[in-house]
Amino acid sequence: MRNKLFLIIGLLILSPPLLAAVNIQHWTTPNGARVYFVAAPELPIVDLQIIFDAGAARDKNKAGTALLTNALLAEGAGDLNADQISERFDELGAQFSNEAQRDMANLTLRSLSDEKVLTPALETLALVLTKPAFPNDAFERERKRMLIGIEQRKQSPDALADEAFYKAVFKTHPYAVMPSGYENTVNTLTLNDLKAFYQRYYVASNAVIAIVGDLDRGKAERIASNLVAQLPKGDPAEKLPDVANLTREEIIKLEHPSAQTHIILGQPGIQRDDPDYFTLYVGNHILGGSGLVARLSNEIREKRGLAYSTYSYFLPMRKSGPFQIGLQTRTDQAEEALTVVRETLKIFIEKGPTDEELIASKKNITGGFPLRISSNKKILGYIGMIGFYGLPLDYLDTFNDKIQTVTAAGIQDAFKRRVDPGKMITVLVGKQ
Amino acid sequence: MTRSQFWKTATWIALYSAILAGCATGSAQQPAGNSTGTSATQDKSPAAVATGTEETGKTANPRVHEFRLDNGLKILVKQDSRAPVVVSQVWYKAGSSYEQNGTTGVAHVLEHMMFKGTDKYGPNEFSRIISENGGSENAFTGQDYTAYFQQLEKSRLPIAMELEADRMANLNLSAEEFGKEIQVVMEERRMRTDDNPKAKTYELFLATAYTNSPYHHPIIGWMNDLKNMTVEDAQKWYNDWYAPNNATLVVAGDVDPGQVLALAKEHYGRIPPAKVPKLKPQQEVVQNGVRRIVVKEPAQLPYLLMGYKVPVIKTAELEWEPYALEMLAHVLDGSDSSRFTRDLIRGKAMAASIGAGYDLFSRMDELFLFDSTPAQGFTVADLEKEIRAQIERLKTELVTEKELERIKNQVVASKIYEQDSIFYQAMQMGTLETVGLDWRLTDEFVDRFRTVTAEQVQQVAQKYLIDERLTVAVLDPQPINPKSIASNHGGAPHAQ
Repeated sequence: MRNKLFLIIGLLILSPPLLAAVNIQHWTTPNGARVYFVAAPELPIVDLQIIFDAGAARDKNKAGTALLTNALLAEGAGDLNADQISERFDELGAQFSNEAQRDMANLTLRSLSDEKVLTPALETLALVLTKPAFPNDAFERERKRMLIGIEQRKQSPDALADEAFYKAVFKTHPYAVMPSGYENTVNTLTLNDLKAFYQRYYVASNAVIAIVGDLDRGKAERIASNLVAQLPKGDPAEKLPDVANLTREEIIKLEHPSAQTHIILGQPGIQRDDPDYFTLYVGNHILGGSGLVARLSNEIREKRGLAYSTYSYFLPMRKSGPFQIGLQTRTDQAEEALTVVRETLKIFIEKGPTDEELIASKKNITGGFPLRISSNKKILGYIGMIGFYGLPLDYLDTFNDKIQTVTAAGIQDAFKRRVDPGKMITVLVGKQ
Repeated sequence: MTRSQFWKTATWIALYSAILAGCATGSAQQPAGNSTGTSATQDKSPAAVATGTEETGKTANPRVHEFRLDNGLKILVKQDSRAPVVVSQVWYKAGSSYEQNGTTGVAHVLEHMMFKGTDKYGPNEFSRIISENGGSENAFTGQDYTAYFQQLEKSRLPIAMELEADRMANLNLSAEEFGKEIQVVMEERRMRTDDNPKAKTYELFLATAYTNSPYHHPIIGWMNDLKNMTVEDAQKWYNDWYAPNNATLVVAGDVDPGQVLALAKEHYGRIPPAKVPKLKPQQEVVQNGVRRIVVKEPAQLPYLLMGYKVPVIKTAELEWEPYALEMLAHVLDGSDSSRFTRDLIRGKAMAASIGAGYDLFSRMDELFLFDSTPAQGFTVADLEKEIRAQIERLKTELVTEKELERIKNQVVASKIYEQDSIFYQAMQMGTLETVGLDWRLTDEFVDRFRTVTAEQVQQVAQKYLIDERLTVAVLDPQPINPKSIASNHGGAPHAQ
């Protein structure tokens, strides 16, 4: 039986599965919004997302602006109030959502592709996008809900660790900010702040539209153009500053009455268009990015039973997002776990991965490629990212080839250059 | 509540109703959701496979094929050729509600141990082989089931089958591996429950609401039971419940049903059936009056939970009642136009978050749940009053046709949206089959839901949402840490 299993694996290596190609069509609307479209006629569904470079990195000293601006869009638009907007989407069976993180702010719509449903759903979306009313009562109410969210962070050791980590890693860079803001910033926000933010950043030349669904190109073009027709062209968001490297190690301990100590270690990592991206991606996959089979999980969970969850990742952003390692463990064994993590990282940087590890990780990443694009939702996520970060249109087509070119020596070299264990931020939240 | 990014109340039931073995790779998979399956565009596939023992269905969904092996293993195959991928899930009728007092949590502990090797493969080798084949995998334990899954490029299905069948029969439970893994599970419990004031309140709420129903105890188990659990407890659990005649294999994706059957025969077919213990009914006693608890925990925010005992599809004497309760849940919650969001988040602005929900696909009688975090300036008592007023309105006033129409449109559309995820479709079939409902309900659900009338919603509100069936739990926040909460904004944490 065992022989047979490995025979099967052997055959698969010789004949990799044919990859379903994702045919991304790209154009620009008359007023400058960049559109990325994939036709998917198999299901009678249309997924659409419009992404603005209007995340919390644009908050300046008014943390919470991006999030609150985004949240208020559907609270009143044109002649419609929030009740009417939600009814319009819901009675069509259309699903509307919106979200803002550090880089991106978006609006997302899922609708049936039937004209009778799709057309009015898109009209309502366009209204929300281009004619938000920013009513004062909604502003006051949502602001108060944000303050409750800030209180919620304080009762979660995980959220406390996250907040302290970003602050220490990014210092004066806009990424240091919590997208949901702080009491003192949220309390001082005004409606005019939100309106000014909206007028500056919710403009066509600062927008990417991703569409996947049961449409042809002509129809997708009309939909995209109509959606942003009422938006001014405007200007793309200004360039963000580069993230400075850390100059020294820092250990931050926060008191919390939790049974576990939550630990995060890390430093600035990589940009989305970083030349080391694929090398570090594969390297991290081996170190802590492949779940139960990663080195960190093996050392922390499998060998020692120290934690349920341990991971590492590079979060690539417009500018360098964080590289971070995390776990949570019973407080009396936090020091032991921290020592194991540091040792594991140190050895990985010094020696790089083994050939077996590299082969195994490449097999996982390339062999699992079809899973990355197995639904319209997933494809929407990819083309939105490709558009927003200006990645090449053949990003998905060349993905596996790029992974295959990564070498063990390359990983070792890249980790040595990019990860400095002597200048880590370490956050521990728990009983001190 | 789909709009909100500060709060995710809509997901809270999902959050508590199943727990995963893995971590970094396991994003929260929706367990038994509020709506089901798919009525796909029909194609004419051959009704039976020559070598199979296909059971002919009552309602024909040509893209789902149903088989049963001689050893009792049930097999459901859903064809979907949109992408060259496959998901394989094995569901066991063995969840936390099958457990005995003193060994609560053993279903979930065994789930963890299932990754620790067999006679043939060493600890963690299962995960390593699946990973090398480009797969992602995990497992989850709920009150009514434990399930294991792999997602792979379609040609790798035989590998998943071989490994999953192997651990169905040949698990190697060593004291050494158990000793480490039970620590991992205790860490999981600390993370999910002990350090999460809302989760802790929910756990104690369930233990208050249910007297003798096994839904009384948490899926992850009481900490004291975990501390005293032995490898023999896990072994007994495995011996009792892990058998082909107590399992369902669900395969969905770009596969040929005949080939799936042949593979299943090859790998699972050789496993002999076993005698499975007969479950006692453990039917919940009649409640007779409101139950209330206060949970004091270090926290910043108060939290309210209310639950009314209600029947589910599996237990209902009147077939339509669970569907009417499901409709009632949609009237109150589930989208931005539902009453809770409209009246209490917007409108009176009394709730920072509020939700209502109900899992009608459970094996035993359930709770119809409400939860809420008050907005600034309001208390949990205010919110309880408002929720009761909303319930009262449902009892005295018929839901408008417009509301019903809107909800039905949403449910019909989401049936179609579900087709974008083969994993979700497999989840639904596996859940239904495992709680003893017919998987065909995934297709019939919407039709039955659409027949619910305003009068029926009123009747279930009058019959079930009454004090005699109610339990209320309140989280009473205690100071977290007077030292460090004085300043927010991180307050310049001290470096050393």
